[in-house]
Amino acid sequence: MDSTVVNTGAEGQTWDGGNDPLKSSYGKMMMWFFIVSDALTFSGFLAAYGFSRYKFSGSWPIADEVFTHVPFFHGNYPMIYVAFMTFILIMSSVTMVLAVDAGHHMNKTKVTWYMFLTIIGGMIFVGSQAWEWKTFIKGDYGAVQTQGGNLLQFGQYVTKDGEQTFKRVSVHDFAIVGNSERVQQQSNDGVWFLSEGTIPSLSMDEVINGIKANENILVRTEILDENGAKTILSRDESLKQLQANGRTVVEGANLHVNEYGSPLFADFFFFITGFHGFHVFSGVVINIIIFFNVILGTYERRGNYEMVEKVGLYWHFVDLVWVFVFTFFYLV
Amino acid sequence: MAHAHKLAIFQGRLKFKSNTQKIWGVLILLTIITAIEVVLGIYKPDVLEGSFIGMKVLNWIFIVLTLVKAYYITWDFMHMRDETSALRRMVVWTALFLVCYLVFILLQEGGYVESVFKRGYLKTDF
Repeated sequence: MDSTVVNTGAEGQTWDGGNDPLKSSYGKMMMWFFIVSDALTFSGFLAAYGFSRYKFSGSWPIADEVFTHVPFFHGNYPMIYVAFMTFILIMSSVTMVLAVDAGHHMNKTKVTWYMFLTIIGGMIFVGSQAWEWKTFIKGDYGAVQTQGGNLLQFGQYVTKDGEQTFKRVSVHDFAIVGNSERVQQQSNDGVWFLSEGTIPSLSMDEVINGIKANENILVRTEILDENGAKTILSRDESLKQLQANGRTVVEGANLHVNEYGSPLFADFFFFITGFHGFHVFSGVVINIIIFFNVILGTYERRGNYEMVEKVGLYWHFVDLVWVFVFTFFYLV
Repeated sequence: MAHAHKLAIFQGRLKFKSNTQKIWGVLILLTIITAIEVVLGIYKPDVLEGSFIGMKVLNWIFIVLTLVKAYYITWDFMHMRDETSALRRMVVWTALFLVCYLVFILLQEGGYVESVFKRGYLKTDF
């Protein structure tokens, strides 16, 4: 075995940086590398979102009109709740970085309290996101989908303070409910392998009858005009469109249909905020684990609180991603 | 763990006495930026609706403000300011380079597909 090379003859020879050129611990460095790769995953999602939006730039939903709800308050408050969520996340980032700082001073009580506040902030955020999902899925006005997959929404002109504005009307407010022509097919009705999902609570006929009875209700299409507002059809056009092309009533949003606009909007909403929400959730879980380790004195015995710093990096990264999601989903 | 924190932001124009103070200072900055974004997002002033290099001025403002926020989160909350420049470059340049590539793909291909929808023979609106 003499010929087997057991060493390279280069021991002890390092290049300029020495053995730790980055002056950072292994764990922190790996967390950074993970963050870079995760950041690229999110960039990929946001780029895909941007691509689809570009593709449908003439008819993309206006985010201000979609996210207008605030829990416990009725009315139209675009952006307010998302801004609140953003603030909560930034705030929990601050308590996290304060925990890291307290860790540097080996102050166990402070680390415990700041970690606790961070976890609470994270939970409020995840809860808010769940609420936002619920509101989005439930929908508010309903719409009609055409044969080609476009959407027809409803509204009427109202004059308020001498200014004429187009106000959306819910399909439930004007549809004339008759006998629904269909019941949902379930697997025990006929052949066992045939069933369908929930069918809309209103049929096309009920909506068309409602439109005929209400003279001032007009159809609003998805197409954006040169001012960036949705096109509103005339009364004749509205009826014609609805009768010729209307296929089904859409209420709320899921992965197939979306009453706010292009189904892709809902798909990306669920996917991107869902993926981010999952990160926040796992961040909360990891924070809780670290929190108990702090209480048990693990890091006190270890002599440093670097673990808090590492989970802190992850937590800040989640905040960082939200900053971008907020911009590209809600603002731009 | 006697870490030396760099306590100045804005190229050294604003110095803080302690790390905790700097954290609160950065929070105030981030809050102000978010508030500006939200106010602009709600009111959408007509002045900013004009187009600049293929995008609304308002959207440029949003993106620039987002990058500013991202900078302060990374530099001060994630302590990038205190790391060696090698680690900083490794993380930031890698991400930046690949994101630029993604943005290029998005603009190039998105623009092409949009032009097909607009000018092609494909009927999409019925």
